[in-house]
Amino acid sequence: MEVVFGYPGGAVLSIYDALYDDDRIKHVLTRHEQGAVHAADGYARATGKPGVVIATSGPGATNLVTGIANAYMDSVPLVAITGQVACNMIGKDSFQEADITGITQPITKYSYLVKDVNHLARIVREAFHIASTGRPGPVVIDLPKDVTAARAEFRYPPEIDLPGYQYMYNGITAKLNCAVEAIKRAKKPVIYAGGGVIASGAHEELLQFAERIQAPVTTTLMGKGAFPDTHPLSLGMLGMHGTCYANYAVSECDLLIGLGVRFDDRVTGRVDTFAPNAEIIHVDIDPAEVGKNVNIDIPLVGDVRSILVDLLREIEPQRHDQWLDTVYRWRRDYPLSYCTKKDTIKPQYVVEEIYKVTNGEAFITTEVGQHQMWAAQYYHCKYPRRFVSSGGLGTMGFGFPAALGVQIAYPDAVVFDIAGDGSIQMNIQELATAVQYKLPVNIAILNNHYLGMVRQWQEMFFNKRYSHSNMAGNPDFVKLAQAYGAEGLRVERPEDVRPALEEAINSPKPFVLDFVVDEEENVYPMVPPGGSLNKMLGGSK
Amino acid sequence: MKHTLSVLVENKPGVLTRIAGLFARRGFNIKSLAVGETEDPEVSRMTIVVDGDDRIIEQVTKQLNKLVDVIKLSDITHDEFVDRELVLIKVHCDASNRSEIIQIVDVFRARIVDMGRNSMIIEATGDSGKIDAIETSLRPFGIRELVRTGKIAMVRGPKTRNGEA
Repeated sequence: MEVVFGYPGGAVLSIYDALYDDDRIKHVLTRHEQGAVHAADGYARATGKPGVVIATSGPGATNLVTGIANAYMDSVPLVAITGQVACNMIGKDSFQEADITGITQPITKYSYLVKDVNHLARIVREAFHIASTGRPGPVVIDLPKDVTAARAEFRYPPEIDLPGYQYMYNGITAKLNCAVEAIKRAKKPVIYAGGGVIASGAHEELLQFAERIQAPVTTTLMGKGAFPDTHPLSLGMLGMHGTCYANYAVSECDLLIGLGVRFDDRVTGRVDTFAPNAEIIHVDIDPAEVGKNVNIDIPLVGDVRSILVDLLREIEPQRHDQWLDTVYRWRRDYPLSYCTKKDTIKPQYVVEEIYKVTNGEAFITTEVGQHQMWAAQYYHCKYPRRFVSSGGLGTMGFGFPAALGVQIAYPDAVVFDIAGDGSIQMNIQELATAVQYKLPVNIAILNNHYLGMVRQWQEMFFNKRYSHSNMAGNPDFVKLAQAYGAEGLRVERPEDVRPALEEAINSPKPFVLDFVVDEEENVYPMVPPGGSLNKMLGGSK
Repeated sequence: MKHTLSVLVENKPGVLTRIAGLFARRGFNIKSLAVGETEDPEVSRMTIVVDGDDRIIEQVTKQLNKLVDVIKLSDITHDEFVDRELVLIKVHCDASNRSEIIQIVDVFRARIVDMGRNSMIIEATGDSGKIDAIETSLRPFGIRELVRTGKIAMVRGPKTRNGEA
């Protein structure tokens, strides 16, 4: 552990006192506990190491709740250390008391309330172990004030004794053989890769595997970067706002190989018409995911990387020329596209320009909404851990603090938060953190003066009744950035997009780019909620 | 179909909440739950009766297995096992029907543990079928109060929780 993100308060004063002159742990002070937990989450996603956040008791701890739920949904290793009132005050509705282990129970992998300082070393060790192994996730350590003030001899337990905590790393051989046979039989295979590929570090094995069996690869939002978007076998993202060709491929395939995925409703659409002709192989380290949403023919419980290594050992190169021709024809005939308008910036264009100007080497974080989908569609990700987005929980306000976490981990990298004008205001206070720690994060606001995704659904499904989705009270983002000591630029013309991006990247300061974009642009293609994947609106058959 | 799950858990505060909470938030239905310490004071055993189709039972067992505090879980529904439940029934009575109630108690090999002028408390143990039957037999007299412990169960034969004979 090198970095912690946090915010001090009464119940954690002893912890902060210990941090005061400790030069081994860097502490980053955010301006809101939610900023701290998202920053820790962003740090974890970009590095693969557990993120650590500290908050005080009561409101400090409850401000972490969204961030903990966010990490839980996306299986991010996170240790949240919360202050608690002194042991003898617990349960008495004391000042700044909240039952945070109780509140977070459904959204943590595990939690501890430490009642004896002699247990602390063991608990911390266990917490990091649980957070970062198996299917990663958040762990809460709730520390009463008197426990942090007490003294004990430091004895780091040599071994972890958690009889109830097990996970399967290697797949079962019999099932592996079934999978090998299915792969050999398949005429029209598709690989559906998710966040589990990134979590297990299996991106290289996936590349080999896909090339070996000549299967096209579609990734989920969480799987973006697990397979290079620029590879000929890549079909981009699937699902509600996936590419037509990815959705057609899944709908037509005879073998679907799910790797580290959870068959989320945003991916499958209507479950009973999902991959209707396919045998389904599901590889996941969490047995509870297998068969949860979709019936699985061949379950392979274990680490994705370990299982891919085993499969690669057994499988000879395959050829599926005819199938790939069909898929590539779909890709040619139904590409992602948008209409350009003279003198109006299209949001998709901004994302394309970010991709070009950074050569696809940047770290991208996103908030949640239309801009997030455009980022996923138009920013081609070549490496794992470089596309950081709130997938499962869909947390607006995640991207900016997450970008700070990424920049802390990689001080020299180019980091872009692709944001909307709604989302960015949910944690805009973190501009102060960016300025204080001299983090040259770039924020690209695709400003359409709307909660764009809400407006799109209101347009499509609620008869254009734009109920409370207009952001009429938006601030002047440039002046706001300047007030914090960051830089800002408002961009209104398409030809100014590129120079503005270059200026932001070259600036050593945090930089807010306010792109005034087409107000009523929609995200297409779109599978209407509850619809079948092969029936998309916009740009399809 | 009803399934009987025998679950060994860490004997620590908060474990029952974790398990009950899991059932609630995943929409699983607990029919009964009985918990108590085992021969090892650090370990408790829960006997959970849960209702659902195969898919639900599969999810229940997988989700329970994921809990760090769950040491071992077995679905013993299809095993040979002994199960018992304890019930206390406070039943209305008067001079005219007291002897009839006592007869019923004898038939079920139950016991009368408290007797007043207008009521008595009957204690019975047995499998769920027997407990249901005694309840049905006493209902016509007027049941004032009824407490059931929920089912506890143990697999027959020399096999123990660690699989050793």
